[in-house]
Amino acid sequence: MEPAAAKLIGAGIACIGMGGAGVGVGIIFGNYLAAAVRNPSAAQGQFGNLIFGFAVTEALGIFSLLIALLLLFVPL
Amino acid sequence: MKIDPIHQFNIEPLFTIGHIGNHTIAFTNSTLYMFIAVAVISLLMIGGMAGRQLVPGRLQSIAEISYEFVATMIRSTAGAEGMKFFPLIFSLFMFICVSNLIGIIPYTFTVSSHIIVTAALALLVWFTVLIYGVSKNGLKFFKIFLPSGVPIFVLPLVVFIELLSFFFVKPVSHALRLFANMLAGHIALKVFAGFVAMLGVSLGAIGWVGGIAPLALTVALTALELLVAFLQAYVFAMLACIYLNDAIHPGH
Repeated sequence: MEPAAAKLIGAGIACIGMGGAGVGVGIIFGNYLAAAVRNPSAAQGQFGNLIFGFAVTEALGIFSLLIALLLLFVPL
Repeated sequence: MKIDPIHQFNIEPLFTIGHIGNHTIAFTNSTLYMFIAVAVISLLMIGGMAGRQLVPGRLQSIAEISYEFVATMIRSTAGAEGMKFFPLIFSLFMFICVSNLIGIIPYTFTVSSHIIVTAALALLVWFTVLIYGVSKNGLKFFKIFLPSGVPIFVLPLVVFIELLSFFFVKPVSHALRLFANMLAGHIALKVFAGFVAMLGVSLGAIGWVGGIAPLALTVALTALELLVAFLQAYVFAMLACIYLNDAIHPGH
């Protein structure tokens, strides 16, 4: 296989990792919404925790996106 | 036709200042947009607070709201003691937010889409945490690597994870998150905008009419980018607060 083709396939495979981050972010926002509907008065106080959990989860998806970008745009 | 979504991130020197060794020190478009961001913030804060009216006008309202927003964020995450870092957090938040928002305007340059800029900002926070934590708490600062209430036989693993987290994952993810979000958002915008031109050039009149769909999507994506630009500035500032909280109150 040509190296260029292998790099493109590798970039595609690396993007699968972002699916996991998508699931994680969905769980965080879904659970926040479920809790906020049950107890709306406590929702505002947990907004900071929501954003923190979102940021930490999203970082892992960003790592796999970074691998894809490195494979696509950095000449080896 | 070929679209080049990476071209927008090119750094072009506007004029040369001097040389250090073989390296050219130049005033680039990145430098220019950093200056623009600082100028906008200065105008907003100094101009907004010049009147000091009891009932604030529009500019004064923006200045007061941004102050209150950052102050509330620091008090809720790092406690009242964290307010001594207000100037740092406020500068970080305003600089990132304003440069992100300027970057959304077409044909401008996004400063935070370069990892060297975000890494510099993240390392600034990281060294502040390390130096302030050690100078305030002495050796007690290193208790952040030893969580209390952990069984002794998993302690080596937990300490290893905490060390890895503090020295590698936290600074790297802090810098990467902002950089990758801005980069990916702007590439996505360019790719969808490219669809309009590609349809029009290849299909003619039918293509230009069909191009309305990707154009509408580009507008919607720009609105999403507006949210992301603000949210990433908020996330960056809030993570800085949480890391500073470790330095102010070590030991979980």
